Amino acid sequence: MTDTLLDVENLRVSFPTPAGRVDVVKGLTFTLGRERLGIVGESGSGKSMTGRAILRLIRSPGRQVADKLMFDGDDLQALSERAMRKVRGARISMIMQDPKFSLNPVMTIGDQIAEALKTHERIARKDIAARVIEMLEAVRINDPARVVKMYPHEVSGGMGQRIMIAMMLIPQPDLLIADEPTSALDVSVQAQVLDLIDELVKNKGMGLILISHDLNLVARYCDRILVMHAGEVVESCDARDLHKATHPYTRGLLAAVPQMEETRDELPVLDRTAWSGT
Amino acid sequence: MSAISLKNLDISYGTTKVVQGVNIEVAEGESFALVGESGSGKSTVLKAIAGLAPDWTGEISLLGAPRGHKVDHDFATRCQMVFQDPYGSLHPRKSVDTVLSEPLMIHGLGNRNARVIDMLAAVGLDQRFRFRFPHQMSGGQRQRVAIARALMLEPKVMLLDEPTSALDVSVQAEILNLLKRLRREQGLTYLMVTHNLPVVSFMCDRMAVMNKGRVVEIAPATALHDGSFTDPYTQTLYAASGGNPKYKETL
Amino acid sequence: MTNMQSWLLDDSPQSRMQANLGNSYRMLRALLRNPLAVVGAIILLVLVFAALFAPWIAPHSPLGQDLGARLLPPSAAHWMGTDELGRDILSRVIYGARITLMIVALVAIISAPLGLIIGAVSGYFGGWTDKVLMGVTDVFLSMPKLILALAFVAALGPGIENAIIAIAITSWPAYARIARAETLTFRNSEFIAATRLVGASHTRIIMRHVLPLCTSSMIVRVTLDMAGIILTAAGLGFLGLGAQPPLPEWGAMISRGRTFILDQWWVATMPGIAIILVSLGFCFLGDGLRDVLDPKQEGKS
Repeated sequence: MTDTLLDVENLRVSFPTPAGRVDVVKGLTFTLGRERLGIVGESGSGKSMTGRAILRLIRSPGRQVADKLMFDGDDLQALSERAMRKVRGARISMIMQDPKFSLNPVMTIGDQIAEALKTHERIARKDIAARVIEMLEAVRINDPARVVKMYPHEVSGGMGQRIMIAMMLIPQPDLLIADEPTSALDVSVQAQVLDLIDELVKNKGMGLILISHDLNLVARYCDRILVMHAGEVVESCDARDLHKATHPYTRGLLAAVPQMEETRDELPVLDRTAWSGT
Repeated sequence: MSAISLKNLDISYGTTKVVQGVNIEVAEGESFALVGESGSGKSTVLKAIAGLAPDWTGEISLLGAPRGHKVDHDFATRCQMVFQDPYGSLHPRKSVDTVLSEPLMIHGLGNRNARVIDMLAAVGLDQRFRFRFPHQMSGGQRQRVAIARALMLEPKVMLLDEPTSALDVSVQAEILNLLKRLRREQGLTYLMVTHNLPVVSFMCDRMAVMNKGRVVEIAPATALHDGSFTDPYTQTLYAASGGNPKYKETL
Repeated sequence: MTNMQSWLLDDSPQSRMQANLGNSYRMLRALLRNPLAVVGAIILLVLVFAALFAPWIAPHSPLGQDLGARLLPPSAAHWMGTDELGRDILSRVIYGARITLMIVALVAIISAPLGLIIGAVSGYFGGWTDKVLMGVTDVFLSMPKLILALAFVAALGPGIENAIIAIAITSWPAYARIARAETLTFRNSEFIAATRLVGASHTRIIMRHVLPLCTSSMIVRVTLDMAGIILTAAGLGFLGLGAQPPLPEWGAMISRGRTFILDQWWVATMPGIAIILVSLGFCFLGDGLRDVLDPKQEGKS
């Protein structure tokens, strides 16, 4: 926690509506070291927009402003779009929800990984194939020599997501943003993918921002948690203290999740009026 | 008499068999879960019962009467289905009122206004939603409309296809509570497909675990409390879903 | 006024009528925000106005000949000049609006619903129905529109009614294709499945659920095609196979003016400008309607 990797102050993202511009992220402030941060919230809470805003990926007509958006000593807001492209991928990577939409359907997996390799480092032609296979092994894909020749539609969701992770980790970024990396996957595969991300992040000493709607999942894989609601952080706590959360929204969310050993006859429902004033 | 009875059910899509040899008896008034991961064939079983996957062999009977291979008019009054995606299951250009009146019109039932108003109240939607269009409602509200549509014909059996997996946790809780209350009030039988074991623990009495088109285990939902499953696949699924006592201790 | 507006924009309408009116009002507002669409709408309103009130607007009779005033250039008495029989061109263009409007309306009424139903049935049922219907559609599509229309007119005999029938017959296949493509995108959707499960018949699903979703893109497409229809009609008129003299049909007028195009340019140019303006009007309005009606655009806003 000594070196600050990312320093965000008063980040705002707004979109125009017929009734004027509306902030979907309302003044978010946080710092991130080489640690694992979880951002939790329901749909519309602004959690995904936060992830994108860090990479300056908010498309027009959306607009983002921040008092400070520093990454590893660089002011991201001051960078040109060209310099920003070098940051994206090379120093900050992002894993999206569904690998189906992130992979090019008409290119083999081997070619796509090779492409990612070539854009980020100078590498001899003959070494490429070996590096690609090495990367696939690192994300624990069996028989990488076969997978290299396959097209995205031929692989399962879990494998697709692991391929995405391989591509994102090739340039060895300092920060990985994972936006709902496993919501499209089955539970058994979910754990594998998250364990993999966890291991790679720990071994390489990267920072991780895990964006998810699933409180328990974030609690399991992160050190610190930000709970977002309606564009604001309502709770910020250590993952292990999540059950001691104080904000009624967080408590409500925790209680609303059915438990494996469920004996309640009715699930407590969020009383949305309780904090809408804040 | 069982509400749903499946005997030696095989279902194919084209030449591939996706479900094989399924035998399930769901008692009247029971809430039964079909659990499995994607590709396990659990949704296909539901579709076959509803008549949307007509390529099956074996026997499907509902409330004692065997069902044919096609969607049929009378079947609709006994069995209805709620779909997974509240954004895809409502016609984008039809108001709530139209959606709810249509089943009544098709079956020539009268007193439509009163029935629509009662049903909105039953699923916990304010009357001001009656003339709204889907794009004016949230996911949870749409799912309530979808549930209301399924209940308009007062069926005895409801097929639920992952009814809450597309919703936020807080909304999921509301919908699960609603489904539970409706079952109690109207004496419904549920056959629910899901991949979420805690939801089963909350909603269901019994569960069948499916893997690769076959039922590997049928167990009471209380088995989820202690993990007393016999099949190795079920145990893996249980552990992956967080049903691991060691993990609980660390919390 | 503000009362009326808030009633229309109410998020929780009290009645079916209010909900539908509110929806139409929202679309109208969106349409009015697009300046080109407004220009298009104004052009078409002028066309309709001219067609309705032609006898009162037109300064002269469209058919009355005055051989003493042959081929006069545009002037205060004859704003668009006169033709070879001394007829006032402005009056003829105004009366011509009636014919143009009739052609456009009849073609739209015949070919759009025909294409819509064939396409929706084909897409909804799939399989053999689809193969047969789309085979027929492809046969029609593979023939050039104007040539096919020519062949029909040649078989049925020249005349405005036959020209309309010919154009209608040649323009439905494009609509059938669109309707089919549109239907395919949602035939497996859950709302169609849910409707089947409540016991709705295929006819009901096609009429009540499939067609309403195809109509908006169809309206857009028909509006954009109007320009082409007017031109085809004008082309038939120009070749002497559409409206017969002395009917003031714009294409036929150009055809007559061709002889004098070098010395008396206005005879052919004036109806030509009318055709261009009306075609543009339909295109502008069509583009505007696409932004408002197309369901694919809705998600973005």
